[in-house]
Formats: sequence, C-alpha cells, structure tokens
Amino acid sequence: MSLSIHLSINGTERDVALDDPRVTLLDLLRERLAMPGTKKGCDRGQCGACTVLVDGRRINSCLTLAATLDGAQVTTIEGLAQGGDLHPVQAAFVEHDGFQCGYCTPGQIMSAVGLIAEGSAGDDPERIREGMSGNLCRCAAYHGITQAVQDATRRMNAAAREDAA
Amino acid sequence: MKMFDFAQPATLDEAIGAWEPGAAWLGGGTNLVDLMKTGAVQPAKLIDISRLPGLAGIDELDDGATRIGALVRNADLAGDPAFAGRYPMVAEALLSGASGQLRNAATVAGNLMQYPRDAYFPGPEPDPMADASSLSVLGAGGEPVTVHPSDFCVPLVALDAVVEILGPDGPREIALADLYQPGEPRTTLIPGELVTALRLPAAAAEFRANCRYLKVRDRTSFAFAMASAAASLRMDGPHIAEARLSLGAVAPKPWRVAEAEALLKGQAPGADLFARAADAAMAGAQPVGGNGWKIELARRTAARALAMAAAGTPADMPALPASPFGNQTGDLAHV
Ligand SMILES: Cc1cc2nc3c(=O)[nH]c(=O)nc-3n(C[C@H](O)[C@H](O)[C@H](O)COP(=O)(O)OP(=O)(O)OC[C@H]3O[C@@H](n4cnc5c(N)ncnc54)[C@H](O)[C@@H]3O)c2cc1C
Ligand code: FES
Ligand code: FES
Repeated sequence: MSLSIHLSINGTERDVALDDPRVTLLDLLRERLAMPGTKKGCDRGQCGACTVLVDGRRINSCLTLAATLDGAQVTTIEGLAQGGDLHPVQAAFVEHDGFQCGYCTPGQIMSAVGLIAEGSAGDDPERIREGMSGNLCRCAAYHGITQAVQDATRRMNAAAREDAA
Repeated sequence: MKMFDFAQPATLDEAIGAWEPGAAWLGGGTNLVDLMKTGAVQPAKLIDISRLPGLAGIDELDDGATRIGALVRNADLAGDPAFAGRYPMVAEALLSGASGQLRNAATVAGNLMQYPRDAYFPGPEPDPMADASSLSVLGAGGEPVTVHPSDFCVPLVALDAVVEILGPDGPREIALADLYQPGEPRTTLIPGELVTALRLPAAAAEFRANCRYLKVRDRTSFAFAMASAAASLRMDGPHIAEARLSLGAVAPKPWRVAEAEALLKGQAPGADLFARAADAAMAGAQPVGGNGWKIELARRTAARALAMAAAGTPADMPALPASPFGNQTGDLAHV
C-alpha cells in the first residue's frame, strides 16, 4: 500500500510517502528522514527517550503510527536551537549537569519543553519530578534534570513577562 | 508487527461501516500499538478513529450530568478546570496513571477498553503466574486472572458512570460496571461497536468536597497500581449521608463494594468505622500465587483513602496525585 502524509517537521513542510502503515513516528524520523536526534530506548512507551512534540504536545513517538499524523506539526530536538543559540531548556541542561551519557537527554529536553508549556508544574521541584516521571535516566542524572527544568521554567516565565511588558 | 489494512474514516458512520471481523479501533494507540509490537494482538485492519469529528467535547448536560467524548485525551480531561472541580477524584486518578506523554495521547475510550497486563506476557500461552502482584484476589474465584489495570475506571465505577455505544444496529448505553465480564471477550462490547462517550450523572458531583483516589505502586510515579481505592463521602453535618467505595488492581474489573458503602451510611467518620468498611470490602478475598500481601495492602489502602476523603478534598491537586508520599498541597489533615 502507499499512503502519503504531509508533515511540518521543525518548521519545514514535508510530503512523506509511506510504503507501510506500521511505521512509527520514531522510525520515520530516525530511519527514513535521517533525523537520529530522537532516541529509541524501550520502543514500548516506558522510557520517554523518544519524546517529541506533536502539535505542541509531548508524546512518545514509538507508540504513534506515522500514518495517523497527516497535517501535524512535529518538533524534535533538532528543531529547538535557533541558529547557534540553544533553547533555554537545552542551556539549562548544560548548566546544571542534567545528563551523563546523554542518551535519554533529547527525550528529557523535549519532555521538559512540553511540561513547561503545560504550565502545571511551575518551579515546584516535586511537581517537576512527577511531571517528568515518564522519562527514565539510566545514569540517574535526576537531580540535575530537576534543577535544569526549574531554572528553565523561571527564565522562560521571566522572558514571557518581559515580552508582555 | 503483522501487516494490517489501514482505514481512516472521515465520519462516525463511515467508521461503523468500515468495521469488519478482525478489525480494531485505533485511539491514541498507547495500548494497542504496544501489544501489536509483541504480536499479542494482530488486527487484520486498523481503523483510525483518533481524529473523528464530534467526539472530543466535555459537556455539561441539562440534567446536570457531564458527557465526555470518547476521544478526549486523558490529560485534557484531568486538566479541564470545570471537570476537575466537579469530579476531583477522577482527575486525581487520571493524573496518577501512566506518564505525561502517555496521558497526552491516551483517549477516554482507549483507557476503558485497554487490555489487561497479562496480554504482555510473551509466548502464545500467557503465564499469569509470572507476576502474582497483578493477579486478582477478588472476583476471580481463586483462579489466576489478571486485574483490570486502569486507574481512571476505579472512581468512575463508584460514581455510576455510563458508557454510550454506537454499533451497526444503532446506539445503546450501559453502566460502566456492566462493560466488563470475566473470561473472553473481557468486555460486553459487541464486535463492531464503538464507545462514543462516557457520562457521569449529576449526583456524582455531590461528592466533590470529600473524595480521594489513593494508589499504591512499587515506585512513586509512572507505575501501575498494586492496590488502589477511590473513596467518596457525601456529608450531612457530622454524618455520612452516602458513601462510595471502589478498589483497583484487585479484581478483573474495577471493583465497587456495596457492603462497605452500606456500612458507612449514616455513621460518623472515624478510624474504627473505616477499618470495618475496609474489612468488609476485602471479606471474600482469596490469595493467588502467593499474593496474600495484596489483600492486606488493599485493606489498608481502602481505609486510608476513606480517611483522606473524610479530611476533605485538597484545594489544589496534590503534587504527587493519589500518592501516599510527598508534599501535599492544601489540606494536610490526612497525612
Ligand atoms: C508504559 C505504560 C504505563 C501505563 N501506566 C498506566 C497506569 O499507571 N494506569 C493506567 O490506568 N493506565 C496505564 N497505562 C495504560 C494507558 O492508560 C492506556 O494505554 C491508554 O489509556 C489507552 O488509550 P489509547 O487511546 O491509547 O487506546 P488504544 O491503544 O488506541 O486502544 C486500546 C484498546 O481500546 C480499543 N478502543 C480504542 N478506542 C475505542 C473506542 N472508541 N471504542 C471501542 N474500543 C476502543 C482499541 O481497539 C484497543 O483494543 C500505561 C500504558 C503504558 C504504555
Ligand atoms: S522508546 Fe518510546 S518510550 Fe521508550
Ligand atoms: S544521561 Fe545517561 S541515561 Fe540519562
């Protein structure tokens, strides 16, 4: 079968011909579109390494069939930095040692961007840990991850207030 | 994953028409795609209903009931201020399930219809004895039957939720409690039928001041329940005018306990009363595969959930929803 979908990936419009309805968004990105930034950990929704934003919401790309996404806007880790400027969440992960080996990091960062947009955790560390519990870190960099998300939340909120003023 | 035909109907009628034996509805896919990867489920055809129009509303009806479209995402329902204000225990249960990413994708109907966890065991013959913690201690007659895994369904069954269904022969509705049955198939949905909505009656909102969901897991977050309880009380001055109690992760379906509810009615809340109600809830329990600890865990979870409900629903959602641990925002009386 052949199925054609249209996606906006990190702001670039793309027509994607799918020869197989079984392809997940994760495999589409990594295997067919040469975008390996999004990682595969468990492939079962259990680790969060594959987290991307679809229409601004964080989801597990390993459990999402690409064929269901016609017309969607996808944001991956490759789409966060603006030229040479890191996204505030990326910068905060670097500053607070939010990783060791780095394998879970793209998923952690995309999940944090999604969580901050949801706005339910604020800068409360307990709420951040709960909100980030879908992202496992085999290196257990959780302390730095929580601090990074807290710091990025504060900075992004301050920047939003400045923009509004 | 086995190959399948893929259909994307544009309307509800087209979806019903697209069904054929061996087909499966695809909601958020967080349960179905997972099981298709292991080969545990092998639909010949997937009918993608995730974008069907008209099934994503949360509406208050004229009679005070709330109607929730089948495609409302779990996160959106929990985060809807009007819904969470009327049914805080349901929002708390939703937020204690899975992860932020999964709740963003999972649909209301998919959550009700999710396969139990024994479907995950590898091999053609599932071996439920592989994990006694997920075996039923109630409602299975001592046989090794996996528990129903959903958190969401536990408060729903206590609040008399109704499931709206559409099939080739038209619409019908049933109590959520009657959606589940022992053995195969595990639900009373007739093949080709689709869940279109979930309804909570007006009376369900009368428990909002005193209702809690409590979930005990083997880690603080992002784990299925080992035992859970949804407790709600409608107070009349110092007395309990009406109580609702249901348990999760103990039976093949969300387990409502009428005996405990009858025992609580008309009484003044207190530790003794709650202990007796919890005893009554677990009276017929039978251990399977060495999981006798689950009976005691469920008993204590039920008693504690009742005490938490009596202390009052917190003003804000706790930082760790449904958890016995961590900082609690709002009312600290039950900690
Ligand atoms: C890692 C992980 C952890 C989890 N932890 C928890 C937890 O702690 N607590 C908890 O409660 N749940 C948990 N879940 C389960 C999760 O809640 C379900 O996967 C989710 O609710 C399913 O919704 P969905 O829309 O993705 O369903 P799908 O995967 O799309 O479908 C699930 C089933 O429902 C059927 N279906 C879908 N829509 C309809 C409809 N409208 N009418 C009739 N049938 C339909 C499908 O055919 C399929 O059989 C977890 C899942 C994962 C992967
Ligand atoms: S790879 Fe998707 S959650 Fe682990
Ligand atoms: S940094 Fe190694 S897994 Fe998280």
